[in-house]
Amino acid sequence: MKIIVCIKQVPGTNEVKMDPTTNTIIRENVASIINPFDTYAIEEAVRIKERYGAEIYGLSMGIPAASEMLREAISLKIDKAMLLTDRKFAGADTLATSYALSRGVEKIGAYDLIICGKQATDGDTAQVGPSLAKTLGIAYATDISKIIELNYGFMRCMKITDDGYEEIEIKLPALITVVKEINMPRLPSIKSMRNAKSAEIEIVTSKDAAADENRTGLKGSPTQVRKTFVPVHDVNSIYISGSTEEQSKKLAEILLGKES
Amino acid sequence: MANISIIKEKCVGCKKCVGACPFGAIDIKDKKADINEKCTLCGSCADSCKFHAINFVRDEIVQKDLSSYRGIWVFAEQRYGKLKTVSFELFAKARDLSERLEVPVTAVLLGNNIKNLAQELCAYGADEVLVMEAEWLDDFNDHVYGEVMIQLINEYKPEIVLIGATSNGRSLAPHISSTLRTGLTADCTVLEADKGERLLLQTRPAFGGNLMATIVCPNNRPQMATVRPKVFKPLVPDYTKTGKITILPVPSPIESFVKKIRNIDNEEGANLSDADIIVSVGRGIGSEKNIQLAQELADSLGGALGSSRPVVDQGWMPYSQQVGQTGKTVAPKIYIACGISGAIQHLAGLADIETIVAINIDPDAPIFKVANYCIVGDVREILPLLTKEIREAKK
Repeated sequence: MKIIVCIKQVPGTNEVKMDPTTNTIIRENVASIINPFDTYAIEEAVRIKERYGAEIYGLSMGIPAASEMLREAISLKIDKAMLLTDRKFAGADTLATSYALSRGVEKIGAYDLIICGKQATDGDTAQVGPSLAKTLGIAYATDISKIIELNYGFMRCMKITDDGYEEIEIKLPALITVVKEINMPRLPSIKSMRNAKSAEIEIVTSKDAAADENRTGLKGSPTQVRKTFVPVHDVNSIYISGSTEEQSKKLAEILLGKES
Repeated sequence: MANISIIKEKCVGCKKCVGACPFGAIDIKDKKADINEKCTLCGSCADSCKFHAINFVRDEIVQKDLSSYRGIWVFAEQRYGKLKTVSFELFAKARDLSERLEVPVTAVLLGNNIKNLAQELCAYGADEVLVMEAEWLDDFNDHVYGEVMIQLINEYKPEIVLIGATSNGRSLAPHISSTLRTGLTADCTVLEADKGERLLLQTRPAFGGNLMATIVCPNNRPQMATVRPKVFKPLVPDYTKTGKITILPVPSPIESFVKKIRNIDNEEGANLSDADIIVSVGRGIGSEKNIQLAQELADSLGGALGSSRPVVDQGWMPYSQQVGQTGKTVAPKIYIACGISGAIQHLAGLADIETIVAINIDPDAPIFKVANYCIVGDVREILPLLTKEIREAKK
């Protein structure tokens, strides 16, 4: 079978520092990492490969430098990687991103399963997975916490919900998004890191992917950012002092006052 | 296509744009701003430049006629015939927006044997309720519910559709928006309406809440947004209020490639997203058996038990209770952080919380910077005493 894992490069930290005098954002050279949720997606694909046999493609859309991140994904045992990179993809919202990724998927060709992380830690929207599935016209299920069984044509798995879990069955080809609970990603081995160094990353432009320019990048994005601002957290912290007994008593009074 | 460039003659190298760029996409080269490949064409820098040195050209968009889209919809999510509280919260916000835009608020209620809920929806602020009842709508399914919603949106043409960001809502909303090729903004914390342009101004956190972005969807309809539970406050229900209730004809059943085999529900009260009070434990709790101390406090307050990531990684708590960037985002009224240091990844999971209480032995723990009430002390000593005080007071 063939599995495609979607991988996003995100900033290693979400901390946005403010310059207090100019009230603007300070962006030091923040290292980029594989979106943490995508590491579970990669690991799950590798586990399926080990259990059932599969070929794994890593797919990303991003700046040219994201090819190094895909190299890291190869060291985590995916087989091949494709990077969609083009100025025409820039400024994409979740819909335009999903469309571009769908062009990458079509270029890779027939597949059985697409695995995405639940969401990316920079945007936190959790929209690209479902949106990609709809663009491709395949079934999807979000927040998968366990794959129980995979047969040709069907997959049985557990999905985490607000109310507990659901056991579901999905007809393949399909897309799933996975949560952290699904596995514990392994670390790369020396050998796999060496392999990754020489691996070839397929670079695909908008034209290569035969993408409709009206549907990619800023042009293909129905949503626009009108403004951005750093929220002000003016917290007035009150320290409760005294002996442990006194502290507990005071806090209890505060809590009971708030509750009513 | 859209384009951005620096007009070198006008640029004075003041670096203001460098600070305004959320993506680190501007460098200063030879004392002039230089836009690198990280640029996403968001336009933030152009707005910041006092010298008009940034030429930002948006695409000319053929203005579509959007005037046939009117009204505000709220997807009224129910489970086992009980409405999710987030739906009530959305009606309160929808009422605000409807007054500005002078259009009615419509609830869309799908399920089986649920039409008795319609009156409740009116009491909470709906002017109209569209009800569709069928056996095949009994259980929520992304695809089935999504397809029904798409048919209804195409028929009735609402300009705004609001959906609760529950686990079901977050999965349903992108199905609808991507099929209709319209915009969807996740987890909005502020919603306002611009009457002139009839735009929904959708403000949401990005980068784990460290940056807020106001997003609009100018050329596509409906404008869709999801909102997490507890972000808005519901109105006090007025059961004398009546509304127009329409029972919709049922289309032929929609098949899904995803079949539910069974539900395994958590015990009552374990749902972090709905809890008013969360007692959350971190590494400072010391051992698995001490978690009981926090559980007892949560029970005495009628709250739920949460945890930080290290506690889940240790196997002391299930993943379903993890708060933070890789766990859940919560928005209770009161959040009591017990022995949690407050790493940025944990704070990312705290949405709009009225009161944060922090108990930590380390006076320099970052959690104290965001807490309203702080106790520097050993959580293992304070928890039992606190529980005792609460229990006695409640007697």
